[in-house]
Amino acid sequence: MNLEKVIFGFFIILAMTLNFGFVIGELDNPVHHDVYELFFAIVVNLIATVLKFGERTQIGAIHLASSLVADLQLIAAAGVWATAVYLTGTGLTPGVTASIVSLAAGALAANVLSVIMLLVETVMFRR
Amino acid sequence: MHSTLFLILRRMRAPLILLILSYAVSILAMTLIPGVDANGRPAPPLDFFHAFYFVSYTATTIGFGEIPVAFSDAQRAWTIVTIYLTVIVWLYSIGTIFGLLQDPAMQRAIRANRFAAEVRRLRQPFYLIAGCGETGVLLLHALDSRNQQAVVLDIDPEQVGELELGQYQQDVPALTADARLPENLIAAGLHHPLCAGVIALTNDDPVNLSVAVTTKLLRPELPILCRADLLETAANMASFGVEDVVNAFETFGEHLGIAINNPGHHLLYQWLTGVPGEPLAMPMEPPRGTWLVCGYGRFGKAVARHLDKQGIQLVVVDEHPPAGHARTVVGRGTEAHTLLEAGIEQAVGIVAGTHDDINNLSIAMTARQLKPGLFVVLRQNRHANAALFQRFAAQATMQPSSIVAHEFLSLLTTPLLPRFFNLALQEGDAWADVTLSRIAAVVGDTVPEVWDRELSKTETLAIWQALSEGQTLRLGDLLRSPSNREENLACIPLLLKRGDEEILVPDSDTPLLDGDRILFCGEAHTRRQQALGLHDYNTLNYLLTGNQAPGGLVWRRLAGAGKS
Repeated sequence: MNLEKVIFGFFIILAMTLNFGFVIGELDNPVHHDVYELFFAIVVNLIATVLKFGERTQIGAIHLASSLVADLQLIAAAGVWATAVYLTGTGLTPGVTASIVSLAAGALAANVLSVIMLLVETVMFRR
Repeated sequence: MHSTLFLILRRMRAPLILLILSYAVSILAMTLIPGVDANGRPAPPLDFFHAFYFVSYTATTIGFGEIPVAFSDAQRAWTIVTIYLTVIVWLYSIGTIFGLLQDPAMQRAIRANRFAAEVRRLRQPFYLIAGCGETGVLLLHALDSRNQQAVVLDIDPEQVGELELGQYQQDVPALTADARLPENLIAAGLHHPLCAGVIALTNDDPVNLSVAVTTKLLRPELPILCRADLLETAANMASFGVEDVVNAFETFGEHLGIAINNPGHHLLYQWLTGVPGEPLAMPMEPPRGTWLVCGYGRFGKAVARHLDKQGIQLVVVDEHPPAGHARTVVGRGTEAHTLLEAGIEQAVGIVAGTHDDINNLSIAMTARQLKPGLFVVLRQNRHANAALFQRFAAQATMQPSSIVAHEFLSLLTTPLLPRFFNLALQEGDAWADVTLSRIAAVVGDTVPEVWDRELSKTETLAIWQALSEGQTLRLGDLLRSPSNREENLACIPLLLKRGDEEILVPDSDTPLLDGDRILFCGEAHTRRQQALGLHDYNTLNYLLTGNQAPGGLVWRRLAGAGKS
């Protein structure tokens, strides 16, 4: 067992689970989507991205790419949220909530891809 | 590029994760700690947006204050933690970046990447030069003054550093790297489509050999020029098809022999292979008679062989009994009695050719004291001793680096020039003197530029057009000045090569054919003036007929209608 692998796997899976936790619920109901969960999802995703820096393999490159996609989507979701609540004052209407959650759902897809690749890698190099 | 980027990303992992964590903790706590309103009653904590805003300006030490409302004491307590935590992590991250940029491995990687990128971006033909010592610098200056691009590899960082400080018209990409490693040659553009040739001139024969082998294997069609100090290396290189191997000792020996028997030819060689713009060399006229050769190493042997070939009497002086020569004396040559024993009284010249500069000077000074009028040839091994050799002012000083540089230069820039010298040697001294005076009349007192022209569609479009229209062109037409056709350009045609036929110093009436190659010598601006007529049909037409013919299609038709 390798501590580095444990930490790496931990952050990737945590990024996915947090993301999943935020997305799940009715699409346009703000009560089902907690802002703290979005915050943690962003933080853990950023850490997972940094952990993937410097991988020279092909699979490492796709890992990094999927993480960057997830970051982008989550930060966009946070941006929509901040814009709606503070800049325009629209508040969390069902429409705004739906667009925040669907952006986060896109990030979830990228995170699921990351986890799949983690599994594929583990199966490929059974050691 | 990729390797440095990966290196930075890899090393920045820890600081970046710390940065994310410290921000996350600070923001999170700010969204949990209750605030206070204007009346001192508890108020809800900051939301994420304002917490991120607050931490962003606090962590970067900008510090706008307590926004949007005054903080509670609990929030202030946490702000203290936030400030120390994030500012320290920022310092750590920035420190890591600077440390990384100053890391020697990182700097090497950056320099190698920049070098490879510079080489990739080259858009004109260039020569790959391995080794940039004295020879390399001389060659580089000469190539640079001819607007030829070069790329340099050298194992010595100091040489590369001096190169960067040197005065060159063009940027010369240079890298500190071992030329023996194929990857370094590839980074220096061995596979680049514009690489015009590889020049190996390190002072280490095995390195030159490995550069030659690498080039022959990876780019067999590229011309390779190699320096070889040992005859075995030269033979080895020639065995696998290296086009030109230059051995400084052999070359000097050959030219010394020529200088003794045909001083005019030797002067011609010096004039035409010098660096353009420098003062013309004075004639060196070594006397015929008995010569002493002190030091029978690589240099001594080469000189002795070539002097023997010219039928000159020789006495060889060496510490170790020199084998394979008729008249020999054992001794260092630095003492008077050895030189007297070798017969310096009857000798006309002496070659001080050991591998030690101080011994060479000592031999020469002793010899001059014994016989003041003696012709002294000195071998200079180290450039650093130049001041001593200049002060002594021998009649001829042999400097391997400058000989190799001149040989390479003439091979590179004017492949016809060696042919010219070969043919010229078959002519007598009188011919050489006439040619010398013609050159001197044209170029004044500085070394002329030498160039060759190929008459072909790609090189000289106007000539090709005129020839394919059936016009008759004579060599004299290329010598007319484009500003006034009655005047002649200040240049001399030295050689015309047409297939296997070679005409030495062709006269102006020689008709020109497509595919001819002509070697000219003259001043640099003459070469540019001449090019006008070669590329521009209207200028050529003026040179041929004196008519300022209209250029465009319409004007040409109008002119034709007017005539008929």
